[in-house]
Amino acid sequence: MSKFKEILLTPIFKDNPIALQILGICSALAVTSKLYPTLIMCVALTITVSLSNFFISLIRNIIPTNIRIIVQMTIISSLVILVDQFLKAYDYETSKTLSVFVGLIITNCIVMGRAEAFAMQNTPGVSFLDGLGNGLGYSLILIVVGAIRELLGSGQLLGIDILITTQNGGWYVGNNFFLLAPSSFLIIGLFIWALRSWKTEQVEEKEFLMSKNAPKEVETHHA
Amino acid sequence: MQKDSILNIILVGVGLCIVCGAVISTVAVSLRDQQEQNVIFDQQSKIIDAARLLEVYPSSQEALDSIEEVIVNLNDGQPSGIPPQQYDLDSILRDPSQHTVLNGSEDIAMISVRENLSKVYIEYRNNELKTLILPVRGYGLWGTLYGYLALDSDLNTIVGLEFYKHKETPGLGAEVDNPNWKKLWNGKKVFDENGLVQISVIKGFSNPQSTDYSYEVDGLSGATITSKGVSNLLAFWLGDEGFGPFINNLKNKEMKLSDV
Repeated sequence: MSKFKEILLTPIFKDNPIALQILGICSALAVTSKLYPTLIMCVALTITVSLSNFFISLIRNIIPTNIRIIVQMTIISSLVILVDQFLKAYDYETSKTLSVFVGLIITNCIVMGRAEAFAMQNTPGVSFLDGLGNGLGYSLILIVVGAIRELLGSGQLLGIDILITTQNGGWYVGNNFFLLAPSSFLIIGLFIWALRSWKTEQVEEKEFLMSKNAPKEVETHHA
Repeated sequence: MQKDSILNIILVGVGLCIVCGAVISTVAVSLRDQQEQNVIFDQQSKIIDAARLLEVYPSSQEALDSIEEVIVNLNDGQPSGIPPQQYDLDSILRDPSQHTVLNGSEDIAMISVRENLSKVYIEYRNNELKTLILPVRGYGLWGTLYGYLALDSDLNTIVGLEFYKHKETPGLGAEVDNPNWKKLWNGKKVFDENGLVQISVIKGFSNPQSTDYSYEVDGLSGATITSKGVSNLLAFWLGDEGFGPFINNLKNKEMKLSDV
């Protein structure tokens, strides 16, 4: 039982797909300016990665090695199309906001990474849990980024006024930077910093050492 | 059977396509009605909001019942007499014989082609035209904004402006959906004494003491290009290339819509 728990929980803090593996950054930038679409995106990705892991694992023993990537892509894209169709039918407002980014789950490295690295070697049950865990790990970061951006950018959380902005007759001047995608880099960077200060084993080894400043050459040629 | 044999590659490939294709088409077909309903419902609710009909009618259905759809020929500004059920904007925009290509200086809303026939919505109250609701569109910062502009019975005073589709930045350009900003449109005037379109979104705040106050709407802070886009699309659709001729005909009572 503890093995299942480990598979489910490891990707959340210990081996987070965004913070440690630095995968799936694009959607973390694109859909996080408001918290509600962020939550829907998290649900959509978690469903996709869990089910794609499950189905790929189910047929892993008959997938020919030569075409395995195409087979994985077919399953993943079919699932994403399904998610998109359901969203258009049952949450039209959010599907308008997320627009192409739901479709772009197909190209999210986390989904294919888990299929290739885990589902191809493991049984359907644990593959599903691995997908679920990774989906939750992704969701954790997105929710943090989405909450900070909506709060500082629009003074709201889930559309409810927390800091009343000047546009709505309050005192808070919304920080436009947090409404733009680059602010996510900053928040993800700070998150990774905090995470690695807590779990120091995640700190990468230095790839090279900076050399000391070379002694200054005498600038004769300027004279 | 060998997993990597050519036969297995073909079998798995074909089998997977059939299974995935079948699942996707089944789901897509069974959800289509619901999806189309969502799109129609979304547009209808924007029409009702633009004309502020829920302040008058107790329910959306009654508001919709008060609205009549009319297909207008934009070239001469006369009702075309075509039944609204047959109107399909998408096919008009694809068919060169049914739209007009706009060149540089004409195309201030940056829509490149303009349909020759447009569907407008008219709300009748006591058999009198009370609100005229016009579909408008134009380019903002990231894409085209689609919306409805509602004019009061004098065909000059704005009742409301609502967008149902746009790609503007959330929190900046997407503030076109902010209820407080949308309220600013109510009561603004479109045309001056000479019949020229004056309404525009300005940069910053409009001064109530200014003579142009009734033609000016406060800009969206941080969204200069979206604000400009909204001004341009209104200038286009209310001008001579847009609904200008139709509005003039209505004002001059040269036609009775109830006859068509």
